[in-house]
Amino acid sequence: MQTDLAEGILTARAARRPVALLTWLATGEQRLVTPEDAGEFPALAAEIADGFRLDRSGTVASPDGEVFIRIFNPPLRLIIIGAVHAAQFLLPLGRMLGHDVTIVDPRTAFASEQRFPDANLVTEWPEDALAQIGIDRRTAIVALTHDPKIDDGALRLALESKAFYVGALGSSRTHAKRAERLAAMGVSADALARIHAPIGLDIGAQGPAEIALSVMAQLVAVLREKGLGPKG
Amino acid sequence: MSADDMLTTALAWQGEGRKLAIATVVQTWGSAPQPTGSQLVIDSEGNFLGSVSGGCVEGDVITEAVDIIASGKPKLLEFGVQDETAWRAGLACGGRIRIFVEPFEPA
Repeated sequence: MQTDLAEGILTARAARRPVALLTWLATGEQRLVTPEDAGEFPALAAEIADGFRLDRSGTVASPDGEVFIRIFNPPLRLIIIGAVHAAQFLLPLGRMLGHDVTIVDPRTAFASEQRFPDANLVTEWPEDALAQIGIDRRTAIVALTHDPKIDDGALRLALESKAFYVGALGSSRTHAKRAERLAAMGVSADALARIHAPIGLDIGAQGPAEIALSVMAQLVAVLREKGLGPKG
Repeated sequence: MSADDMLTTALAWQGEGRKLAIATVVQTWGSAPQPTGSQLVIDSEGNFLGSVSGGCVEGDVITEAVDIIASGKPKLLEFGVQDETAWRAGLACGGRIRIFVEPFEPA
């Protein structure tokens, strides 16, 4: 691999643009392609398109010998609404699992550098913050404040987006009230059903670290299309 | 380590004037400890970062990588339990993997 290819991949990742690195295994020849360029390689175009869609790299046979298609989709992104205690555990766990993590909370007493050193903190209302960030299908959003003033607006925007995961902390009773409020704001029943609430896999989590673990476990299951829906 | 970390490391090491190779898992069969795309960055002194297995075959990959840095020619390696090297560098998990090792050079 030449350094300019590595730089090209990192530039694309930073700009959240998908690219694939093609390597002809017999010769070591390489090319960087975008989803739009894939048509330049008719024998590989279908495999490249599948790779981007399924986020799956792999080696395929072609008339010119075996080609390794390495998919670089935009990094996963986790947006945490609420700089609460559980967020202090979700931040490192999310990063470990490959997410760019952003924490949004207008309450500067919570969203302080002291509580979240090195974090990407946005101290604005979620509606403003989410509109600026722009939510794509590689983004997950979790609402953790329990405070309708903060969570509800964020959830409404999240449900209008292509986010692959939307979760909200709170008991079934809390969520039933939240669903009523969101419905009154015009959110459809189908959209409401997308919310994972109570959030996380049911592992009997106690305390913020275990809650963070159950949230990330559910998020990975959804990402890998395991079909583990919100718990009943 | 993420793919970004590996490439960032490779560029940083290259910038320090170190001679490098990158090893990438390009195919796996059965139970394999690291997914396709996992990488190892190796320098000519045998220093390395990353992982292509659970530690089962790294030693052999690093030895090959040092040769590849010297020759400048990429190579495709294969490891598995059926391999005659199974006792030396096999995959205890019973899987099989192919690893592409290539020099990392200035454009």
